[in-house]
Amino acid sequence: MSGQSVPHDIYVHIAGIDIVRVDADTFYVLEDNARTPSGVSYMLENREIMMRLFPELFSRHRIAPVENYPDELLATLKSVAPLSAGREPNVALLTPGVFNSAYYEHSFLADKLGVELVEGRDLLVKNEIVYMRTTQGLKRVDVIYRRIDDDFIDPLTFRPDSVLGLPGLMSAYQAGNVTLANAVGTGIADDKAVYSYMPQIVKFYLGEEPILKNVPTWRCREEEHLAYVLDHLPELVVKEVHGSGGYGMLIGPTASKIAVEQFRAKLKTAPKNFIAQPTLALSTCPTCVESGVAPRHVDLRPFVLTGRDKTRIVPGGLTRVALKEGSLVVNSSQGGGTKDTWVLDG
Amino acid sequence: MLSRTADNLYWLSRYVERAEYLARILDATQRLSSMPLAYVGSSNEWESAVLTAGCANAFFKQYEEANEENVTDFLAFSTANSSSIRSCFEMARSNARAVRTALTMEMWDSINGTWLELQRYGNGPTSREEFSRFLRWVQESSLRFDGSAYRTMLRNDAYWFSRLGVYIERADNTARILDVKYHLLLPDNERVGGPLDYFQWAAILRSVSALTSYHWVYRESLKPWLVADLLILKEEMPRSLASCYEAIVRNLDQVAGSYGRQGPAQRQARGIRTRLQNSRMDGIFQRGLHEFISEFITETNTLGGAITEQFLI
Repeated sequence: MSGQSVPHDIYVHIAGIDIVRVDADTFYVLEDNARTPSGVSYMLENREIMMRLFPELFSRHRIAPVENYPDELLATLKSVAPLSAGREPNVALLTPGVFNSAYYEHSFLADKLGVELVEGRDLLVKNEIVYMRTTQGLKRVDVIYRRIDDDFIDPLTFRPDSVLGLPGLMSAYQAGNVTLANAVGTGIADDKAVYSYMPQIVKFYLGEEPILKNVPTWRCREEEHLAYVLDHLPELVVKEVHGSGGYGMLIGPTASKIAVEQFRAKLKTAPKNFIAQPTLALSTCPTCVESGVAPRHVDLRPFVLTGRDKTRIVPGGLTRVALKEGSLVVNSSQGGGTKDTWVLDG
Repeated sequence: MLSRTADNLYWLSRYVERAEYLARILDATQRLSSMPLAYVGSSNEWESAVLTAGCANAFFKQYEEANEENVTDFLAFSTANSSSIRSCFEMARSNARAVRTALTMEMWDSINGTWLELQRYGNGPTSREEFSRFLRWVQESSLRFDGSAYRTMLRNDAYWFSRLGVYIERADNTARILDVKYHLLLPDNERVGGPLDYFQWAAILRSVSALTSYHWVYRESLKPWLVADLLILKEEMPRSLASCYEAIVRNLDQVAGSYGRQGPAQRQARGIRTRLQNSRMDGIFQRGLHEFISEFITETNTLGGAITEQFLI
């Protein structure tokens, strides 16, 4: 992607920024998700279910709606169509298919957006233009909201064994004839070592201090940081820089002595693969568990849409909750749950 | 719409229709085979069921003998037979899942519910009574799916392609019954076979749900050439070849109207329909009933290919 420009210079059309609150007024950005953030269908479905179950709560409080998210997303995607697209740009959602664990979300979103849910085999590239096969012949595709990782998106450019992608997609992309949302390579921002530079990046490009703070982060690739981390391992959270889903991390205060020592060894062998952060006292939220209502730790992922015309955000987001008592791991792949999230209006 | 979506809808309907057809055949066969030999002759009904289902080759690769146990297992529950009732429902559901958003809630609930219920039947029923209940359930499942499509789908290309699947499959199925049993329907057969064949004719009609209709249309006792007339040329009879082609042409025309162009599929379908409309039974008998039906099966296959070529890939 070096030296390559993308339509309208927008790379991250859909961002899911994980935010945590540690006291009444202090919010931190915990992680950036700029690759292909997921979970927005839970935000929409949770609200639908809550409105069905507790209609009286919604009439008593003024809760800002989130149901317009699909419209905002569609407007965003249309706004970033390449200049060569027609007046009504054709948007499609590219899914790896029914066997993907997020397929439900893909089909749900395609349905709400009113766009075709396509797989690689539904598309073809001719003269550096992407088409989809329809019952009326080939139809040009201008914007692809892709839910396939970079590695699989084009077997001619990336993994040659990928049958999920579209051969030649990158050539159409490089010719500027199709917009990929998000751009190829945006996953670099999800890297937890890159994350640690984000305040400086914001300051460099915008000349402003970021409004939301980052969690203080030690980069283990740097000698001094590593020394500090090794000294304070039982107090810290250590994460793999490429990790996701809450896997491969150490939560010092709750880990056993043996686990801490095992992690120390891993850390020493490949320090540049890790970062460390203080263990945060994540805020809690009353949660229904087997024993009744109890506090459980949560984080919040609002979805930020960036189009050519403006940045859009619906008042709400995906609140993830760690269902195990005391746990700080909210990832759904590790038994986390989700909650409807309200923004109260006046 | 995406070709793959249209293809999935088309095959979803075909599989459900095929499952129902298999259930009807098994039902009719069970009836015939439980009659005293003096009434139905000594022909092997179970073998002719396999022939009518169009999977004799696959069957005899796996079994030596066509008897009740083998045939019901193969046509209803076998996972080795890609056209068994079980396989049809499995594939219908996986097609439905792949185009979940193109289906209405009611259609999805119906096909998914059928699939869940199918798991309950396991590897087959333990008694004839249970098997009868199973066959009734298959037919009811198909009716429920068909009804939910009819009542809830938008009338657009998605609906028309799903209807096309139903009628192409149905035309093919009716033609197959006729193909296997044509010798019973020849005009000189009444003298040859005599009353022995009466129950065979009734079974043919029963397998396409037309026994009562026959009496309403002809107000006569069962005559083989009238049975053939009903199943081939009578447009008012829902499973007749003529009626299937009326529907195929109508749905293809809807597609052509909305897309603003006609293609080979429309022309072929109209050609076949016109020929059916211009045919009389005595003419068909003169040229040979068997030849007529074989030709019809081939043409319907070709039309299926043309529809695929024009819209589904």
